[in-house]
Amino acid sequence: MNKLSKYVLAIAVSAFLVNCGNNNNTKNSSAMTSSKAEKVYVAPGEHDEYYGFMSGGYSGNITVYGIPSGRMLKEIPVFSQFPTSGYGYSEETKPMLNTSFGFVPWGDSHHPDISQTNGELDGRWIFINENNTPRIARVSLATFETEEIIEIPNSAGNHASSFITENTEYIVAGTRFAVPNPQKDMPINEMKGKFKGPLSFVSIADNGRLNLDFQLNMPGFNYDLSHPGRGKSHGWFFFTSYNTEEANTLLEVNASQNDKDFIAAINWKKIVEYVKNGGGTKVDGKYAHNIYDEKTHTATSTIKEGVISVDPRDVEGSVFYIPIPKSPHGCDVDPTGQYIVGSGKLSTDLSVYDFDKIQTAIANKDYEGDAYGIPILSYENTLAGVVQQPGLGPLHTEFDGKGNAYTTFFISSEVVKWKLGTWEILDRQPTFYSVGHLMIPGGNSRKPFGKYLIAMNKITKDRYLPTGPELEHSAQLYDISGDKMELLLDFPTHGEPHYAAGIRADIIKEKSKKYYELAENEHPYVAKSEADAKVTRNGNEVHINMTMIRSHFAPDNIEGIKVGDKVYFHLTNLEQDFDVPHGFSMIGANTSEILVMPGQTKTIVWEPKREGVWPFYCTDFCSALHQEMQGYIRVSGKNSNTPLKYTLDE
Amino acid sequence: MKTISKICILALTLFLFNCGGDTKKKEDPYAKKTPEKTEKKEPASKRVELTNKGVGPVSKVDLALVVDPEMAANGKVIYEKMCTACHKPDKKHIGPAPKGILSRRSPEWIMNMILAPEKMVKEDPLAKDLLIEFNGSPMANQNLTKDEARAVLEYFRTL
Repeated sequence: MNKLSKYVLAIAVSAFLVNCGNNNNTKNSSAMTSSKAEKVYVAPGEHDEYYGFMSGGYSGNITVYGIPSGRMLKEIPVFSQFPTSGYGYSEETKPMLNTSFGFVPWGDSHHPDISQTNGELDGRWIFINENNTPRIARVSLATFETEEIIEIPNSAGNHASSFITENTEYIVAGTRFAVPNPQKDMPINEMKGKFKGPLSFVSIADNGRLNLDFQLNMPGFNYDLSHPGRGKSHGWFFFTSYNTEEANTLLEVNASQNDKDFIAAINWKKIVEYVKNGGGTKVDGKYAHNIYDEKTHTATSTIKEGVISVDPRDVEGSVFYIPIPKSPHGCDVDPTGQYIVGSGKLSTDLSVYDFDKIQTAIANKDYEGDAYGIPILSYENTLAGVVQQPGLGPLHTEFDGKGNAYTTFFISSEVVKWKLGTWEILDRQPTFYSVGHLMIPGGNSRKPFGKYLIAMNKITKDRYLPTGPELEHSAQLYDISGDKMELLLDFPTHGEPHYAAGIRADIIKEKSKKYYELAENEHPYVAKSEADAKVTRNGNEVHINMTMIRSHFAPDNIEGIKVGDKVYFHLTNLEQDFDVPHGFSMIGANTSEILVMPGQTKTIVWEPKREGVWPFYCTDFCSALHQEMQGYIRVSGKNSNTPLKYTLDE
Repeated sequence: MKTISKICILALTLFLFNCGGDTKKKEDPYAKKTPEKTEKKEPASKRVELTNKGVGPVSKVDLALVVDPEMAANGKVIYEKMCTACHKPDKKHIGPAPKGILSRRSPEWIMNMILAPEKMVKEDPLAKDLLIEFNGSPMANQNLTKDEARAVLEYFRTL
């Protein structure tokens, strides 16, 4: 018997044995043995306990996750075009991305923050800032759609944003890159003393409408992060600033010279009062204000001119600097509003300030000096305590509402739990790797939920299967309900989640919109039934009011379109049920598809370039007859006489 | 014959006869099947089932002897807005025409089909057959209120 025969026989015997096995395979199949696994396991069909909204960073968007499962639920387009739904491509949503620089198809989103009432998350909206072309967006947490974007003029690098006050009165924007204000042509190396760092205060109306109230024209440092006071410190805002050296080149060395930089403590209520009474001066500042209307399903962009500028020295007792060691980054306020945590990212200690002591120092004029006329409070006399040697490279702090704080350390790659008041270190857990922000649902409000902590890491390396040189960032979920933090789960996040916001799911879930009422659709080109479907020509502009329902378009045959026409497809989804979107795409259209929600109308433009008969179709598998959901458009020559005709089933 | 071939045959035999005894009982899946005797059913759309109330939120509808013209007019408006993409009043379109439907279906069945089509096509055998007859094209739930569905029913009485 040769080798091959032996193999064949062996296989045969094995097959025999296996087939007659009488199910004697008693191997225990994947019994859940780990309690960690149970803690993140959300059974099929069940819902997560929390929503997690992660900043998409350079994706420009927000991604929505279920916590604790780490399942990604949705990507909400905010500052970037999103071909999946047609956001920023459809005629209705293009205005959302308009700026004073014209149409900008991309943004760098950073710090999401959920609206609050009395310092508690209320789940009405989530806000997020854009760093590159300074902007703030408001996203509805009923529709999960971006409803408003306001540009911030005179600013650059909107990083210290978009944090909201505890009754959603104001949202702030900072200036991370000091710039001439107003902008002008001048030598870069003359920046010192001439550049400015305006801080913008945007008010929020009851219906969510944003308004750029005023800009505080601060000295030209780099305003990096901020948080509002809450509880007893409500009415104040705290911003970290670095590059108090005012270096304009090789900042990694030249902006790291001073032993201490500043936290700016700002009594915004006082300044609001000042402005209300006619204070401040109107200065130049051009900005776009874009609003999406849920009834017309259409955004409009308005370019506005001018903004109230306030010189901080003109409002006595409203703006102070507090020294903080070594290029601070995070600036976080504990749930009681008593403590302000500053993370000097090149320092080995954490400085925690006491709001009461700050007030006393102000009352006593306990100043160390001034910077450009702004009083500098005493470091020692405002300090509540120092967390000694907690780790390397402190960045951000969140709170659990039980008297504990959790700080991330970028250089030493860890999260450290410490106690407010005693400043003792209680626990430390490694992160994988180089953690930036962290998020505890509600962790920057008066009432943190205090059950989970998510560390958002900048470096992924070996945590997942390799996917070429570019990797999604990793996040880690910790259970913080016990004395020690317990690492439960790793999951990838999209773009770069600079920060995140989390909320108990039940606060949002019941209010989530299921479809748009067709009866309330006020789009100028809506077709509320097939009887309203039509094609109209105005010169070379053709408007097609088309309907979609499972599973056909009306009309689905159109003739009389000519080369050189500009064809607007206005698609109305006639469905009135949850989760029945229809998509639309047209061969040769120089744009994306549109995904139309039930009751909604969306528009894309097509400029036919060649004669022929060209098909369009539904892109979203909508029913068993989805493949049949298609239509044809006959395109004739520019000077042809083909009559305009549109039909369905004729 | 080479050893290898012999072994192969042995292997195949072993495999085929393993667990012997079962083999005979198994039907050859490729054998010609004698067609099952089924009574020729009328198409679902033609069937008359006046006692079938269907499944859903409506268990009893009282129809007045005379059509309520105001309700019917209102029903017509709703029907034209919400239903005509798939149902022409008097000719088969994506779905069946409602003309004469009250001579084939109970008013309860009609309202349940409007208000709970997902449940109907799963649990009501007639609705299930209709789904198949109409190419698997689902009856869309247009989220009408009970009153709106009732008005549409009244309109159907006028067709």
